[in-house]
Amino acid sequence: MNTFLQLVLNGLGKGAVYALLALGFVVIFKATEVVNFAHGSLVLIGGYMVYATKDALGWPAAAALGIVSAALAALLIERLLIAHARNADVNSLALLTIGVDVIITEEIVRRLRADIPFIGDPYDAQPLQAAGLTVFRTQLVALIVGIVLITAFFLAFRFSSWGVAMRAQAENREAAALMGIRSSRVTATAWLLAGALAGVAVLFMATQDFSGAGLGRGTHAIALIAFPAAILGGLDSTVGAVVGGLIVGLTEALSAQYVSFEFSKSAVFLVMLLILVIRPSGLFGTRELSRV
Amino acid sequence: MSEVTVTPPETEAPPTPAPRRPRNWLKIAGVTLFLVLLVLFPVFTGTDVAYLKAGQYVLIGVVGAVGLTMLVGQAGQLSLATPFFLLVGAVSYAVLAGDSGDSGDLVGLGLPPVVAAVGAVVICGLVGLAFAPVSGRLRGIYLGVASLSLVFLGLYLGQSLDMLSGGTSTGRPPPTFAIFDFRFANTEPAPTILGVAVQKQQRLWYLFLVLAIGAYLLARGAVRSRIGRAWRAVRDNEAAATAMGVHVTRVKAGAFTISSAYAGLAGVMTALWLDLVKPDENEFVGTYSITVAIGYLAMVIIGGLGSIPGAVAGAVLVNGLPQLLTLGATEFGWFADARFGGPSPVLISAFVYGVAVVLVVMFEPGGLAAIGRRLAHVRAARPTRGGDRG
Repeated sequence: MNTFLQLVLNGLGKGAVYALLALGFVVIFKATEVVNFAHGSLVLIGGYMVYATKDALGWPAAAALGIVSAALAALLIERLLIAHARNADVNSLALLTIGVDVIITEEIVRRLRADIPFIGDPYDAQPLQAAGLTVFRTQLVALIVGIVLITAFFLAFRFSSWGVAMRAQAENREAAALMGIRSSRVTATAWLLAGALAGVAVLFMATQDFSGAGLGRGTHAIALIAFPAAILGGLDSTVGAVVGGLIVGLTEALSAQYVSFEFSKSAVFLVMLLILVIRPSGLFGTRELSRV
Repeated sequence: MSEVTVTPPETEAPPTPAPRRPRNWLKIAGVTLFLVLLVLFPVFTGTDVAYLKAGQYVLIGVVGAVGLTMLVGQAGQLSLATPFFLLVGAVSYAVLAGDSGDSGDLVGLGLPPVVAAVGAVVICGLVGLAFAPVSGRLRGIYLGVASLSLVFLGLYLGQSLDMLSGGTSTGRPPPTFAIFDFRFANTEPAPTILGVAVQKQQRLWYLFLVLAIGAYLLARGAVRSRIGRAWRAVRDNEAAATAMGVHVTRVKAGAFTISSAYAGLAGVMTALWLDLVKPDENEFVGTYSITVAIGYLAMVIIGGLGSIPGAVAGAVLVNGLPQLLTLGATEFGWFADARFGGPSPVLISAFVYGVAVVLVVMFEPGGLAAIGRRLAHVRAARPTRGGDRG
């Protein structure tokens, strides 16, 4: 029972990180209908900035810098590329982000050379023991940070003028524009936010507790696991992203323990396939109805 | 000609050119010259097989990319599963044709290599068909991510089914390919072409060339026929396609199946090219990794989605460039500081194709195929025309 509780706690911690990434996908998708395949490279940019500056600036400042850089990188992708390719259809734009992803990832991997640094200094590899449970501190911090950020996001999404504008635009782009909502600003903030969330997520991903592997191609591959999270929740549902993230985190933690570590990633994808076969638009996604 | 109504006029041409076009002798001469050059390629390279290996790798890319462009460009479905089918094809060939190894811990059926190669392609097609509950129901990006699961599954199965795949540490050697008694290996004496001995690598080059040309012609036939029209109808509007009597689920699953079989053939070729079947150790670097999936997708985007000649051009760029740069590295000492964080062949080619993908989407959604058409002043109306996906 203790093992199980431990697994659930650690799984939820991982799930919170996946939820942050998946939320980024969903926010971008809602604002622009673009699926951002470059999310993994935003993660790498954030992580690399932390790695490059943490010795000089200290960890907190470096972490802040990493988050800001990931956010700015996302903004740059939107402003320089996506905004200028208005006429391309959204599927082509998704392919465009693959090109961006290739470039950024290769460059960061080159800069890292042979290093695969861990960047979670304040909490990494210091497990907590309480009430007979051993919990990875990273996952615990991730869970708390995730809860705070996700709550803040939902409050802003529900009540702030940005959130209203964002939801209006997702509902009907033209009508929103006619109501005086600046679509370019909504879109830009959506990318900025998604980048920042990716920057936060990487602080937990490139740690011993989370993956046992430092920043590198592996981190990029972990970011891909947030894809199933977003998809199984429904690409256009923010609630779905959070639920999806938690499902993915729990699936990974439980299958790694009860089946095998190698199987855990496949398990995540199998769960996604199962859900997609039953509900092709994900758990909370808008179903596309078409009658012929 | 009713199919035309379901497709936007700017992306589609009439399916069959009713009045026979006058033969374009210039084009025929150009194609003939190109084929002659390909046949003579081993003569130019002589005994230096490094260039031949690079060429073979490009031909593998051609087969895979042609298969993928039918799925992505013509049927409008996204797939990142190419590496999975490469792996299934390679392992199936090794299992069907191979023996049980020295220690007898491998599964090998010892079938004739030709039968094994065909069997591997069929197996890949069937696996693709088995994915129908997913591939027939999902659309575009959703299928793309769903297909990514196959790559992870392939990695896991490849690692855990040692008796089939040979395991990650040693792998297993694929049996030498042979057509009846003609073995694709070094022999004494070897036949010669213009004084150059046709040994293993030369023979594989010709084998790959025949396979690639066959794959190309088959794909072109599919795109120009009823099947291709059904794909494009589904891509452009599923509801309209249904109204036209197209069975959408079946067509989507069928496109995935055919594309899988193509990738399976590329997998058999990969096994012969590497002379080794060995599953990857992780999902992000290796012969059957996500990087490869993205590479194949880049080929078909750069070439122009849905264009068969474009896929060939994309394969030349994405698979050829790193090979050429690596050759340059060994022969002229380029990238000497790659180990110390300098640029490497892989890095440079990733930059080139990454930038190419971005530029193509932003400025020329028809890709290299559209640019080529414009340069050659070929008539705008051609059935293989890609255009952006509607």
